[in-house]
Amino acid sequence: MQKNGLKKIRVVLSLLFLSAVSILFIDVENKIVENWSGPFLYLQFVPSLLKFIYIAGIGTAGFIFVIILTVIFGRVYCSSICPLGTVQDIVSYISKRFRKAKYKFLRSNNKSRYAILFLVVLLLMVGTNFGLLLLDPFSNFGRVLASFVRPVFVFLNNGLVLALETFDNYSLYPVEIKGFNFVSTIFSAMLLVIVINLSYKYGRLYCNVICPVGSLFGIISKYSFFKVVINKERCNGCGLCESVCKSECIDSQIKHIDVTRCVECFNCLGVCHGRCISYNMSLGEKAGKILSYNGPESRRDFIQKIGISFVSLSGLVKVEKKIDVYVDNKTPVVIKNPISPPGSLSLEHFTDKCTSCHLCITACPTQVLQPSFLHYGFSGILHPMLDYKKSFCNYGCTVCLNVCPTGAITPVQLEDKRLIQIGKAKFIEDNCVVKTQGTDCGACAEHCPTKAVRMVPYQDLRIPEVTGDICIGCGACEYACPSKPWKSIYVDSNIVHATAKKPLEDEIWKEDPKEDFPF
Amino acid sequence: MNRRNFLKKAVGTGVLAGSIGNIGALTDIYAMTSDVKDSEGYDLVAIKGGEPDVMFDRGIASLGGMKRFVKKGDTVVVKPNIGWDKTEEFGANTNPLLVKRIIQHCFEEGARNVYVFDNTCDEWRMCYENSGMKKAVNEVDGKLVPGNDKKFYSDVKVKQGKRLREAMVHERILESDVFINVPVLKSHGSARLTIAMKNLMGVVWDRRYWHRNDLHQCIADFATFRKPDLNVVDCYNVMMRNGPRGVSVKDVKRIKTQLISSDIVAVDTAATKVFGLETDDVPYINIAHDMKVGTKNLDQLNIAKLKI
Repeated sequence: MQKNGLKKIRVVLSLLFLSAVSILFIDVENKIVENWSGPFLYLQFVPSLLKFIYIAGIGTAGFIFVIILTVIFGRVYCSSICPLGTVQDIVSYISKRFRKAKYKFLRSNNKSRYAILFLVVLLLMVGTNFGLLLLDPFSNFGRVLASFVRPVFVFLNNGLVLALETFDNYSLYPVEIKGFNFVSTIFSAMLLVIVINLSYKYGRLYCNVICPVGSLFGIISKYSFFKVVINKERCNGCGLCESVCKSECIDSQIKHIDVTRCVECFNCLGVCHGRCISYNMSLGEKAGKILSYNGPESRRDFIQKIGISFVSLSGLVKVEKKIDVYVDNKTPVVIKNPISPPGSLSLEHFTDKCTSCHLCITACPTQVLQPSFLHYGFSGILHPMLDYKKSFCNYGCTVCLNVCPTGAITPVQLEDKRLIQIGKAKFIEDNCVVKTQGTDCGACAEHCPTKAVRMVPYQDLRIPEVTGDICIGCGACEYACPSKPWKSIYVDSNIVHATAKKPLEDEIWKEDPKEDFPF
Repeated sequence: MNRRNFLKKAVGTGVLAGSIGNIGALTDIYAMTSDVKDSEGYDLVAIKGGEPDVMFDRGIASLGGMKRFVKKGDTVVVKPNIGWDKTEEFGANTNPLLVKRIIQHCFEEGARNVYVFDNTCDEWRMCYENSGMKKAVNEVDGKLVPGNDKKFYSDVKVKQGKRLREAMVHERILESDVFINVPVLKSHGSARLTIAMKNLMGVVWDRRYWHRNDLHQCIADFATFRKPDLNVVDCYNVMMRNGPRGVSVKDVKRIKTQLISSDIVAVDTAATKVFGLETDDVPYINIAHDMKVGTKNLDQLNIAKLKI
């Protein structure tokens, strides 16, 4: 055995990145996420890439550093920066305790992995990031945290709040979880089962077959400056290195490492008795060449398959984005689109960029952001939407704009956010308490931050009136509306976000205070 | 057994896990009325022209001091309006300086604990922070407690209610010895004005029920349930229009007035006049007067009028 400093560095880095990302999603009281999501997620490849396409700059160039890192050091991203990779390593580490079986060289499944990568890129080129939504490791990791891990911490936090309360201490906040999202949970559960199962038995198989980021870096790492290489003269073919290789990419019989699958975990370096496996500059060696077993025939086959699956999928992704939500006895069917967060520009921009990582959902202080199902169409599954049954968008809040790592929600100043019109309130007089019950209500106007909804005389009562061009669609009116079973006021989504007029400011109240008491 | 007593036992016996759910037994509490008699003979004190804390010092002194309301060892609940994520100058929330001063008076009389909360309209943590209430309450060791979860509320019956027969009320209101209601006077789109009675909507869980079932009647109904021992109406910065949330500071008029009384109807009537309206403009005041919650006939009351 030899000292394995590289592995130690890798382990420490991976735990650091894992913690940083996890903290953002778990952050029960939402104290960290708004200010730290930028730096903590800077190097996450897919979010950074998507954001860069929208706002190119040094602040979004994290993915370029990752590519440079890969060109120099190989797939170190997969072993230290990618949180889903680290999760798999933890599962593998645990599995070592229970399973006697050792890793064994596995032939590369190039067809599948490059087919998936190709498909994802193709989908991006035709304008949907549906592939990334399903397969981006960061987003998948985020959804798992949002669905399973955060609730545990919220539960613990609330338990602690109660315990402190008995000592009359109110330093911690109780956190309410508004609703449980079935689809999102099932989705994350499926992913988790696949990832845990694969990593328990086969180490990094997920990264080397399914993950499109892994496949992309696989291609780049062929040309990396540094590689893990076997000194063929000194190697006696004992197979120790192969038995610890999580990527199952070391073939000790022919003394070869498939670097396209090597994630630079450095486990092999420490086990070799003869010190004949090393991590070195090796520009000359052409990797991957030896493993091109399948020849040109399979390539045609593979392109055909992609073609077929793309055609079949494109039928699905073009699902109309419109769905029926609001049905009322007295009013004809109202067609309603989902309402996307302020800063997301339009439903189109949002669905193009969002990979459903759910960071905004976990960070939203009012929890108005909830995972959608088919509201954005099939290709926008699980995208966040504003759910005014749960809550409404706080007028003075810009958290989701500041945390979004992909640029799906673009950051703007609070002043500007307050004028982003994500939808417009629509009033249905026939449903309103004032008309049906003949009593005062006004809950909607009460909550309206811009007075787009205000009360006007109606018989001897007052009834709401909507001024559409100053409405920003925050949903406060819809949330507050008490009429049953249907709301009397609801927000109709803007497919393309607009800019609302500034709230009307009347003159300064001039009347001077009376000198005397009026009684 | 209510939620918090249960909790204390649960923690004591180490079964915390079981207590995290909602333990809201139907507590049938009869209307509790204040038996405070006015030793100085004043039913209502109106103060004008000072800062909120100074006006309160003067006002409470002319009522015989806080000692008339708070006894040594009492737990006190102070209910300001903290409904909106707005800063002080908008007049959307009760003035924090006033709340702070009230808490200090309670502690001076030996109060064991002073709790402050509101069931806010905007996101509660933002309301607590940005209104300046959190800072003000913490500075004088009051306890700003949450009101954002149904589990803090227990079912009660409103015996004299006409439309509102049941409600879920915050446990601090049910358990505290002294209840001090500290509303802010504001314009209000539907209730016309929000003052002391309307402020009590912030101690119940389901406000939508009120809005659906004759808002004015429900406001008056709930005032029969638990009359505050003391009402302090903040009319320092008064939102004259676009209430209760307000649009800009231009909606606000600095009136620098404060009204203190144990009679919630009287104090609402006086505040209505300060605003420039009459009780006929604010239906729930007339209803509450007719239900004998208090009186709107200010001329029958002994009113102290102080100018600073």
